[in-house]
Parts: sequence; C-alpha cells; structure tokens
Amino acid sequence: MPVRAQFENSNDIGVFARLTNAYCLVGIGASENFYSVFQAELGNSIPLVRTTIADTRIVGRMTVGNRHGLLLPNSTTDQEMQHIRNSLPDSVQITRLEERLSALGNVIACNDYVALVHPDIDRETEEIIIDTLKVEVFRQTVAGEVLVGAYCVLNNNGGLVHPNTSIEDQDELASLLQVPLLAGTVNRGSAVLGGGLIVNDWASFAGAITTPSESAVIDSVFQFQDSGHTSAVNDAWVRDSLIDSMN
Amino acid sequence: MEYINVTNTQQRILCCNCGVAIPPNPANMCVDCIRNEIDITEGISKQLVIQFCSSCERYLQPPNHWVAADLESRELLSLCLKRMKGMNKVRLVDAGFIWTEPHSKRLKVKLTIQKEVHAGMILQQVFVVDFVVAGMMCEDCHRVEAKDMWRACVQVRQKVPHKRTFFYLEQLIIKHQQHRYTTNIKETPDGIDFFFANKTHASKFHDFVASVCPTRYKVSEEVISIDVHAHTANYKYTYSVEMVPICRDDLICLPRSLRAHLGNMGPLVLCSKIGNSVHLVDPNTLQIAEMSAASYWRSPFTTLCNIKSLTEYIVLDVEPLGPVRGKNVLCEMELARKSDFGFNDTTFFVRSHLGAILQPGDSCLGYDIANANFNSDHFEEYNRAELPDVIVVKKAYSNSRRKRRNRNWKLQHITNETAISGPVDKRKGPATHEDYEQFLRDLEEDFEFRSAINLYKSANQPALPVHGEESNMDTDFDDDAEIPEIDIDELLDDMAEMNIADVEMAGDGV
Repeated sequence: MPVRAQFENSNDIGVFARLTNAYCLVGIGASENFYSVFQAELGNSIPLVRTTIADTRIVGRMTVGNRHGLLLPNSTTDQEMQHIRNSLPDSVQITRLEERLSALGNVIACNDYVALVHPDIDRETEEIIIDTLKVEVFRQTVAGEVLVGAYCVLNNNGGLVHPNTSIEDQDELASLLQVPLLAGTVNRGSAVLGGGLIVNDWASFAGAITTPSESAVIDSVFQFQDSGHTSAVNDAWVRDSLIDSMN
Repeated sequence: MEYINVTNTQQRILCCNCGVAIPPNPANMCVDCIRNEIDITEGISKQLVIQFCSSCERYLQPPNHWVAADLESRELLSLCLKRMKGMNKVRLVDAGFIWTEPHSKRLKVKLTIQKEVHAGMILQQVFVVDFVVAGMMCEDCHRVEAKDMWRACVQVRQKVPHKRTFFYLEQLIIKHQQHRYTTNIKETPDGIDFFFANKTHASKFHDFVASVCPTRYKVSEEVISIDVHAHTANYKYTYSVEMVPICRDDLICLPRSLRAHLGNMGPLVLCSKIGNSVHLVDPNTLQIAEMSAASYWRSPFTTLCNIKSLTEYIVLDVEPLGPVRGKNVLCEMELARKSDFGFNDTTFFVRSHLGAILQPGDSCLGYDIANANFNSDHFEEYNRAELPDVIVVKKAYSNSRRKRRNRNWKLQHITNETAISGPVDKRKGPATHEDYEQFLRDLEEDFEFRSAINLYKSANQPALPVHGEESNMDTDFDDDAEIPEIDIDELLDDMAEMNIADVEMAGDGV
C-alpha cells in the first residue's frame, strides 16, 4: 500500500518530492512531517536530499530523474546544484537543461529505461535526456494531454495513466514503455497522477485522501504485492507488449 | 495504403471510492458514490409550513396575498414551489404532488432537480418536500369575523316613486354575476346599497351600473385609521351613484333650450328605452334622440308624468300617414276613452307612432294631456292649445285575463343571504307588488326589453284552460291569443332547482 502523506495540508505531494531508485529530492517545508514520512519509509537505503530548485520548494515538478541521472531546469542556482551534486552518489549524472518548458517534472515521465516527453520539447533537450538518463525517448501524449509528466506515473514494473486514456492508447503506450499500464486515479478521483503519486521500484507515496480502492490499483499496477502474485491481466499485457516489440 | 481502423474502445476505471468498474467521468467516481458524497438538495428546505385560511379556503402567498387553490392543483404546486428556498441554485426538472389525506394537513411535493456538481457533470436527484398546512385566518375573513365587512359601498339611487328600474337592475346584475363580490346588499327608500370588501370591486361594480344606465356619481372617503409613522391610512369609500330619474314610457316635456339641441323635437316626447343613454321619441314626428349621461346631467329635466297616470283608450280608427322609422309607423288615430263608453261620444284625433301595432278595436294606454294638471315650469312655457290631447304610449292587454294566468317563466333573485332585505322582501308591500307585476308584464310585452336578462323555466307549468272555464269567460276579450307570452325557447333551466331535485332523488334512493 502506498504511504499516505500530506505537504502542509496539500495532498499533491508529487509536487514537492522527486523519488527515483537511487535518490530522493524533498522540498523544504515549514514542518518536518513530510520529510519524516520519506525518512521512515526509505530509511538509509537511498540518500534523501532536502533542497530547493530556483528558490522554490516544488522540486517534484521542476526536476526529473532516474537511477542514472538527474535533470535540473535552467533556473536552478549554482549553490542548489552544488548541494545536490554533493549529496548524490557519483554514479548519478546531473545536468542543467536549457529548456523553454522548464517544469521538467510535468513534461517528462520516465523510469530507468524509457521516457515519455512533451511533443514540443527541443531536439537538443531530447539528446541530453537520452545521454543523461540513458533512456529511450518517445514524444507522446497521454489521453490527449501533452503534460505527460503530470498525467502519467511510471516505475520499472508498471505505470498508471490518466483515467481517460482509451484502451488503444494504453496498448500503444504499453508497447512503447514495455511495462503494463493501467488507467487510474489518485487523491479521491483526481486525474493529476504526477501530483498525487510518487513511486520507485519498491516504495510509493500518495496523497492523504487517496482511497483504499485507488491504493489497490496502485499496488497492483506497480507490483508492490508481497507474495509476488500479479494479476493475470497484467501478465497478459506484459506478454502482449513483449511479443509486439519482438515483431 | 494500409487502412488503419481507428476505434476508441471505452476503457473502464475503478470508482475511486468503491472500486466498481465505471467509464471515466470528471469525478472519477461511480454515480452512487457521488450521490453519497454530494447532496444537491443541500440548502433546500425539506419541511415547510404553508398558511391556509380555513374559512375562505385560500393559501397565503407571502407577503400578504391569498390564493384560492384546490388540493393537487397547478396553482397550489406553484405556490409550494415559490415558498421553497434555494431553488434558484438548481434546475427544476419535474414536480408533482404525492397524494395525502386531506385531513392530514400535510402536502407532499415530489421534486426532480438537476445541478452541475463538477465541470460538465450534472447530477439529478428526486426528493420529497413536506408542507405542513397551518391554519391562519386571512385579513378578509378576520374583517368578516370582526363585523367590519366593507371597505367600499356603492349607493345606487333613483329618485322615482317606483322600483321597476331596480328590478331590472337586479336581473342585469344576476345575468352578469356582478354581485359575486358584494359582502352585503341593503335596500334604502330610494335605492339599494351594495357593500364590497375592497375599492376595486366597488369601482368595477359602479362601472357596470354606469354601463347599463346613465348615471352620475361621487366618491367620498372616510378615514378609519392613520399611521403617521408609516404614512399609511385606512379608508372607507362610498360611491354615491344617481341614476337618471327617467324610466321607460315616461312622458317628458323638454325645456326650450334642450329642444333646440335635439333638432326641435317635442316638446312632449316619450322615453322609449333606457340603455347607457336615454332614448327619446317624438310620437308626432317619429323623431328620435339619444341623450348620454353627460348631456343629461348638464341640463337635467324631470318627467312630466309616469305610467301610473296612464289612461286606457279604445282605438276607433287608424290611418297611417306614410313616414316609417324602424318599427314606428306614423299614423293618425281616433280614440275614445274606455271610461267614456256608455256615457258620451267624446273622441280624440291624435297622431301616434304606434301605427304598426294598434288596430281599430284595440285598447291602448295613453297620457291624457287635455285633462291633466301638471306642475311643471317647462310645461307652462308652451301654449296648451298647440299640444296634443292624448299621447298614446302602448297597447293594452286585458288585466283581468292576465291575472288569472300562471306564468311559465320566472326570474332569479339575488339570493345572497345578506340580501334578504333587498328588493325581494320589499315586494311584499302592495305598492311594490304592483311595481313588480308591472315589471313582469313589461318583460312579456317587449322582446327587446327582456333580451338583456335571463328568464328561467318555472316549475309550475301554466294550467291548461278547462272547457267549463272557457265557456264563461268574458266576451269583451275574445282575442285570447293576443296576450303576450314568452316562448319556451327563450327560457333557461333553473340550475338551482335542478340541483335541489337531484339531492332529493338521491335522498329517496337511500
């Protein structure tokens, strides 16, 4: 089950934190509560970095990253970048992007292998994403929405997409990403998944008002079940997408 | 080129609350969960009180309007909906009553409303609102209870020595249902007072009277109470309505000045009809004139004599002179007084407008100018020698024969319980009884006169003449067929009587 959290009475916790398999960035809030939730869950397994980006605390929306790298917007100050560099392991490559669409968390959704990006993103940015994050990049929309980072949440095992994504679109995206996808909601019916949900391969955090049935969907699609039993549907999707890619 | 079949299969998501698979919607919640979560009837009161006056059976429409409405009627529904608060924020789709026992003093209104709960998502809900019918006496009934029953009074007066005009007015009032709003009707020596609960009804009634008779009126008001702080005052209004003191068949001597205005007719003219103006006819020339109320009251005149002073004559000879105007035919006739028969051979040669009606041998009624003693300044202005001796007014029918007859028709009366002392009662007196009989005869004789009012079939049908009776009838008037009768086709069924009969029959059956 995802851990429920709130950032200063806001349930859009994805705005204030960025979680990958190698590290976690957390915005600086007035109280310690939000950070404590992450500390308790992630413990000492990965570095937790408390930082601001361009003097704002919306680190989740401004940055994007995976275990190979971290992309920062152009507005990030040198001091902030230095602090992050010092806090993260050397294996993580950090790059500052010259990109007009500076809310990188909104325009890019990625796991450790693939990334969906906003269709209007720069060609050069795309190259840097490929180099830094070591991912395949696809310019795509999710349910007609260009802000793929806001309407799609991925880890290496699965992904949750906007509830209005049609079956055909889901199949297409799943075959691109090579992970099973499911349409779902978070925070009691909110479609802004990137805002309400933070996942990596072994941990997940969701807004405090997320309902049990939404939690169940999140668990099943990101495959957090302890027994390792996955739904037959998901297995079928994985198989279909593999066959599709081999063809 | 390959044809790509693009189909969008509707995907399903799980309701965020209960986990049921549903097509995505703006709330991403199933309808039941939305309904549980959001109550669109919030802010609409489910229990209300509606005021009802049990004595006049009307409902209060705030602030102070009382509406008569049946149970489950459209009016009551709209009244109930107006009482409900918060309805402006939702869209009303349907409304109707759920049946409740009338004695329960409860109204149940079933409403279907719609409201937009999220962008582009409209929720519909059905719910029931309970109305408690609370008793509250309305201001009008309060006033009746307090014996303070009228706010406006119409005093109709006619300064003539008989009541026939009022009998006719009563019939017109009944026909046009003008007594609906009266709270009381009282008879006074020269007329009738009609009382009303408010000024508009009185004003409307006055307009009606003015439309059937030339009148003049004056409104006066009496202060009942004044609130100096609120600048409000209560008044009682009185319309003093005076009808022209001229009736049908009255003889009028026109003043010289007025004659000039009316094309030099007269000076002795007959009033042929009273509508909303006075119709005059000159029996010598067939000239007719119409005087509106305004022109009458500018130079009022009185009658020279009325039908009480009619004398009966026998027509000896009729000779049409040629001129015809409507149903009036100018003729010269020779008359003899009926009372003179057997005493002398006095005859009169007069001109009359009744050339089409009278035939030699008929009896007629006329004013005996030659022997009359008038007390009128206008009359004195004229040279008596220039004036005719007799002015014939109408044909006469045998009184003795008619008195024996039962009429096959009757009139309705204002049976308002408050009107018992009205014209009906007064009829008991001998003089009034005579007036009433005269009025009924006028109706029988003149089709035009009775065409404006309703006549009803009478329960006691005229007895068929028995043979024995026929043999000993007086031989003076063998023209029995000539007695004017009202055709049965003109008569209406008396609804009141029929109702009574129905009830009686039902009672018999039990």
